[in-house]
Amino acid sequence: MRDVRFAYGEREVLRGIDLTVRRGQVVAIMGGSGCGKTTLLRLIGGQIRASSGRVEVDGRDVGEMGADALYAMRRRMGMLFQFGALFTDMSVFDNVAFPLREHTDLPASLVRDLVLMKLQAVGLRGAAALMPAELSGGMARRVALARAVALDPMLVLYDEPFAGLDPISLGIIGQLIRRLNDALGASTIMVTHDVHESLEIVDYVYFVSEGRIVAQGTPDEIRASSDPFVHQFVHAEADGPVPFHYPAAPMASLLEGGGA
Amino acid sequence: MNGVTRVLRQLGAMTINGVWRLGFATRFLLMILWYSGQSFRRLHLTIREIYFSGVLSLLIILVSGLFVGLVLGLQGYETLQRYGSSDALGVLVALSLVRELGPVVAGLLFASRAGSAVTAEIGLMKTTEQLKAMDMMAVNPIARVVAPRFWGGVLSMPLLAAMFSAMGVFGGWLIGVVFIGVDDGAFWSQMQAAVDFRNDVLNGVIKSVVFGVAVSLIAVFEGYDCVPTAEGVSRAITRTVVSSALAILALDFVLTSFMFRGQ
Repeated sequence: MRDVRFAYGEREVLRGIDLTVRRGQVVAIMGGSGCGKTTLLRLIGGQIRASSGRVEVDGRDVGEMGADALYAMRRRMGMLFQFGALFTDMSVFDNVAFPLREHTDLPASLVRDLVLMKLQAVGLRGAAALMPAELSGGMARRVALARAVALDPMLVLYDEPFAGLDPISLGIIGQLIRRLNDALGASTIMVTHDVHESLEIVDYVYFVSEGRIVAQGTPDEIRASSDPFVHQFVHAEADGPVPFHYPAAPMASLLEGGGA
Repeated sequence: MNGVTRVLRQLGAMTINGVWRLGFATRFLLMILWYSGQSFRRLHLTIREIYFSGVLSLLIILVSGLFVGLVLGLQGYETLQRYGSSDALGVLVALSLVRELGPVVAGLLFASRAGSAVTAEIGLMKTTEQLKAMDMMAVNPIARVVAPRFWGGVLSMPLLAAMFSAMGVFGGWLIGVVFIGVDDGAFWSQMQAAVDFRNDVLNGVIKSVVFGVAVSLIAVFEGYDCVPTAEGVSRAITRTVVSSALAILALDFVLTSFMFRGQ
């Protein structure tokens, strides 16, 4: 990404983002809620287009792609949504088989073998016949992960993969992200605000605040950083460069009858 | 003055919003038609939707058709026997059903039963990011989700309207011939003589096709366009039922005025 800017109407969300992800890397994009992290993923996936700047995937400008080129790129891309986004009218098996059936002409027996291999990789081969409603949050996330990598993508995008998971599921998902990335030789971009789990598995971290990259580095550099924003984020401090209070008039003026 | 300005502004905003939605719905219909080829290549999806929209609506359509026929039989006999024309009961029941009540009532029932379900399903898929996930997997949601549901509705509606009318005629026969004692032969022969295939039956079928397109388009559009929250989906379902009912009644007037001029 080179000097990428994006605005929802008048509200500028990204204000000049520069970001690089190399083949084989697992990169985390961290920042508080509403700082523009998910917008970054949507730009990379071509769901929205940058107001200015370049978003390149495998050397090609996503903003310049037409519908066919965009779909061709997405076939080489996997995405895990925050709550899995599994198709609720399909079984676990059919969910994972979905991209294979849509984009390949493989015989049913081969699709079956591939799906079972993917489910085996996330530890849910035994749950193949279950429906999404019968899965726990962590299991649903793992099935969605198997579906995201069904076509052996070159780039996998994760939107808050750890949100709402118990510590065991969280560790499992973290390890799976790393292991699948290495096994596929893919690149991974992970949007998250779970600092400790992420620092265990990623190669590089970008911190985003108010639409800008405010810090970056390897996990060791981040842990040792004295940057006030990074320090506040890593140590989960309530106040700092990211203020505790939403902007408002001083409390004193309110108490004196100055209005809200 | 402020109040008047506010009302005018609201009226203007509502008009602009209405025109915008109409334009979006038209573009949406063109996109559905454009992607229908892709959709028909996966014919099992459309057949599945015919099952959900058509077959599962059969019970309510048949039961309603029977009751409407029974009421038509009773009311029709009551009026006709005053003029000594109770033998024309079959004609009255059949014409009422194939020209008007079949397509209109079946359309209203179809909108309430299947249209609302389609809106809810697509709306919930949007709310739970399933449509976005599909799009990110390079599978077009309009081709995969919307077009099969649209065509499922369009194909089901005329069949349901025909079954509604058939059941209604049976209801009219049941009450008129079996329970009241109208002559069986007169009931059927007068119906056969007076009901014209082109002017009555075919026009009724055309109506039901038009209603099927309208209801199906409204249902898929409202689901696809809904605000992705629980409240947004519920509002979309309400809009589907209300807009479909109004569209059916308005289109019925327009179609009738073209079809049955002085016949």
